[in-house]
Parts: sequence; structure tokens; C-alpha cells
Amino acid sequence: MRLHDKSLLPTLMALLLLGSGVSLVVGAMSIGWKEALMGLLHWQWPTLLASEVEAQYAQVLGEVRLPRLLLGLSVGATLGLCGAVMQGLFRNPLADPAIIGVSSGAAFGAALALVFSGYFISVAGLWLQSFSWALLPLCASVGAGFATWLAYRLGNRGRSVVMMLLAGVAITAVAGAGLGLLQYIANDSALRDIAMWQLGSLTGASWSAVALSTVVLFAAGGFLWRRHGELNALLLGEAEASHLGVDTLRLKKLIILLSAIAMGTAVSVAGLIGFVGLVVPHIVRLLRGPDHRFLLPYSALTGAILLVLADILARILVAPAEIPVGILTALLGAPFFIFLLHQQRRQFV
Amino acid sequence: MLLQVSQLEVAFSQAAPLLSQLNLQFNRSELVVLLGPNGSGKTSLLRTLSGELKFSGEIKIFGHTLAHWHRNERSRLTFARRFAVLPQHSSLSFAFNGAEVVQLGLAPGALPRTEQQRRVRYFMQRTGVWHLRERLFPGLSGGEKQRVQLARVLAQLSLTKPEEEKILLLDEPTSALDLKYQHQVLQLSREVAAENTLVVAVLHDINLAARYADRIVLLGQGRVQADGNATQLLNTDLIAQVYGYRGQLVDMGGYKALL
Repeated sequence: MRLHDKSLLPTLMALLLLGSGVSLVVGAMSIGWKEALMGLLHWQWPTLLASEVEAQYAQVLGEVRLPRLLLGLSVGATLGLCGAVMQGLFRNPLADPAIIGVSSGAAFGAALALVFSGYFISVAGLWLQSFSWALLPLCASVGAGFATWLAYRLGNRGRSVVMMLLAGVAITAVAGAGLGLLQYIANDSALRDIAMWQLGSLTGASWSAVALSTVVLFAAGGFLWRRHGELNALLLGEAEASHLGVDTLRLKKLIILLSAIAMGTAVSVAGLIGFVGLVVPHIVRLLRGPDHRFLLPYSALTGAILLVLADILARILVAPAEIPVGILTALLGAPFFIFLLHQQRRQFV
Repeated sequence: MLLQVSQLEVAFSQAAPLLSQLNLQFNRSELVVLLGPNGSGKTSLLRTLSGELKFSGEIKIFGHTLAHWHRNERSRLTFARRFAVLPQHSSLSFAFNGAEVVQLGLAPGALPRTEQQRRVRYFMQRTGVWHLRERLFPGLSGGEKQRVQLARVLAQLSLTKPEEEKILLLDEPTSALDLKYQHQVLQLSREVAAENTLVVAVLHDINLAARYADRIVLLGQGRVQADGNATQLLNTDLIAQVYGYRGQLVDMGGYKALL
């Protein structure tokens, strides 16, 4: 049974608004709905409502909670989107950036950049130094792209699920060893950052991170969405797609490149947040079918909602402390993966 | 000449070539059946023609020479509307419904939505799968899948003008079908061939081939053993030589069958 846009889109939009609202009011500092709204207005236009709003609220909302919410939305959307296109590339609904080792590859790249960023900045010229903010997402993207390519080659170009999953295990192991080595040689501050990444968290949200991940999300999402017809054809199989006039080699390169940039950016700003990319496209396919024309935007939307909801949970479960959201998504997502494996187990024997 | 193969060689290893010294020419409006025992190279020939195997020699399609034709070659794109391939198995594991699978065949064209729906319906009715339009493809039986896929490739070829020449390759289109649909699909292939199309099909059943094919190419050990119409092929000596099995020809009143 499938839902159509008339009922699905308003439901998702309502959930998005609701989640966003809740995300602004919950946290270590309890702020009411009315105060939150006024605080945001005051933060945006300081002359407005100056007498009625506590300056502290406005600051927390504008500089902590709002960027955190927006980062959650854009990272969640990126994860949902990347999950959907990876599953298309591997022609298997079990593919997920975390499972096939792409996230680990990105994390390794990011850690590499982090540990050696001091060295990079010291040798680079002044002109290059102004681009040092791009070093982290760039290295993470390269790591993600390499891991995707490797998993795709080892996984027999989408023909073998078992090989794909084993490739994911191998890539995760190699990246994990590399990461361990980097942790061993890293200084204290780099070590803390690496540890945060591996857990996956939205606490470090800054406006620049929000801007970067949002721009990348819309650019990658837009380019991929324009190819929705070819992505659909690719689901039939590589040969079948090429018989339908799809230049499969170019399409695959495009998918790997764009999803690597998107995943690399997401990992560089929020760390390893797994299983969103696995769960979300499943839900969307159940509700709206596998047509990429709808799958891509709805996966982005649902991913955004899911991550923001998970982040709310992460903040209230052990308040006033909080759980890194990556642990929470893994706790919820891994059983779902086991359920899918159980369903597909006949294909493996 | 729609499709021309000269000095075609396909080999994974030098010692045992899959196909050697193949020279064949196919015209439009022909239903050609490739026959042969297991390992004779009939599927290899079809897969080479569809661009999935490397080869030496020359293949000419629609007058274009394809010396090192690979499916990723850009040249393929210009053929998409006129050249369709029905795979033997479909690996689609995503829950498209029947109508959506057929609609994928119309992807190379930019038709309005209502026209797409009209054609999806027309070809699904023609292959007898209109009742499967809402059913999810991965849940269909092998034969149902094959007929839905057939509707998809027929829809793809409908993107050309009727007078344009087309090529349709069918890899064992009847292998998963029961008796009724075997005949229905081959009857349909004849109709499609009459619409300016060269249809090349790999079959296993000699009698089916003899009943429907305009021309039969009998392959054995990677070479052409016989090339002609049904009467020329239904020859117990020839069959015994190629298949290693001596059958008996029975007159069925109008046509002969090999038992």
C-alpha cells in the first residue's frame, strides 16, 4: 500500500516542524515555547522585544540550539539521501554508508586531516592557508570516495550482497586500524576531536558548519535528483540500464563522487552517525515506492526528521547530560539491520 | 543489412574459444532463432551482440561498425530507442510494481505522462500482464517477471517511428514460461518482427523454433552448423551430429516435430 503526495508530504512537513520546535525548547536549559519564539526574534533583531526577553535565552537559542537544529536537519537529510543513492548503486537495500565502510573511510580521512593539519598549515603558503577550513571535509570526502569505490569493486559491482557486506567489514577494519594509529600519535586536542567523531554528535554545531553542509546537501541532492530516471533504470541492472541508453559508467562515477562529497562533509561536521541512511530509504520505499523522483527528496526529508528526533532523545534521556546521537542511531538502527538480514537470509545461502 | 557479424571470435582463454569464425547477416522483419546444445555459444553470441562480452572481429549494427564495442561506449546511446534486449533473469530487488517496470522502458523518450500510461497499458495487455500492474515485481513468479520485462522492452521499441528499423534481442524468452505462454510469446515475437524489427531469440526447444522462426541458426562448438529455415533444419542426421542424439521426425499434419 502506497501513500501519495497528498497525504505523505503534509505529514512529513508537520513532523519536521514539530521536531524542529521541540528541538529548540528541550535541553539543559528549559525554555518555554513562547519564550523560545520571542528569544529567536530578539536574537535576530536585537532591538525587538528587548525588554521582555532574557539575553541569555536569546544567546542559547541563536548560537547553540538553532545551529544545532539546522545541522541536524542538513546532516540527517544528507545521510538519508546518500543511503538512497548507495542502495541504488549497489542495487541492494542493505547498502548503507556505515555498513559498507564509507563512513569509516571518511572518518579516517578526517582524522588524517586533523592530526596533520598543523603540518599542512605550516608548509602551505599564505594563500592556501585561507582554505584550511576545507581540508577536513576534503580529506573526509576522499576517504569516503575511495571506500565506496573499493566496496563497489569488491562487491562484484552490485552483483553480490555477501561480498559487499564483507568488503564493508574489511574496509571498516582497515580504516579502524588507521584511525587507531592516528589516535596513538595524535596530540591531546586532536585525540578528543577524533573520539567525538567516532561517536557522532551535533554538539559542535557552528554556523559555518551549517552553511557548508547545507550548500553541499542541496548541490549534491540537486545533481542526483536530475538523474532520477537514470537511477531508476540502474535498478534494473547495469546491462539493462545501458540498453536503455544510460551511460552507466558516467552515472556510477557521478554517484560515487557526489555521495562521497556529501558523506565526507557530513562526517566532517557531525562524525559517524550510522544507520540513518539504511532505515530512511526503507521507510520511504514502503510509503511511496522506489521511484527516485520521490525517493530522493523524501529520503532527505525523512532523514532530517529522524536525526532531529534522535537528537532530541539524546538530550532528554539522561538530562542534564546527553548521549552522543551516533550511539543512539546505532542502538535503534542496528536491530533494524539485523531484521533486514533475517528477511533476506534466503538470498545468502 | 541491419546486423552483420564478420570473423567474430569470442574467447576467455585461447584454448577454448566460445565463438570462432562467425559470419552472419540478419535482415529486418525476421525472427531468427539461435539454437544449439548447452555450451554451443548461442547465449554468448547474444551477449556479444548486446555488448556484454569482448570480441575480436567486426559487428555492424544499423550500418555502424563497432570494432571494440562495449556497452559503456557512448555510441550506444544513439541506439537506445531502436535496440532493446530482454535479459534471461532480472535482478530487480526493489519494489516497483508491474506498471512501473514497464514504464522504465519508456525512459529514453520524453513522452507526456498520459501517453506513457497509454503505452504501458497497451504493451502489458499485449503480453497478458495487465492484471499484474499493481503487483510488486519482486513477488512475481519467474514467468510473470519475464512477461513484464518483455512488455518493458516492447515499450522501449515503441519510441521509434513505425517505419524505422529496430532490433530486439531475446535471451531465452520462453525458459520460465508454461506451454500457453511459450506459444503466446513466440507468436508475439512474430508480430513484432513484422513491424520492421529484427528479432533474435535464443531458444532451447527445437520444435518451438521450427514452428515460429523465419530462420534458424544452429550453433555447435562455437561455430555455425546450419543456417536456414525449419525444413532444412529438421534433419535427423544434422540433429544427431550437433546434439549427439538421434530423434525421430513425426508428421503432425502440416508440420513436422522432432521427438
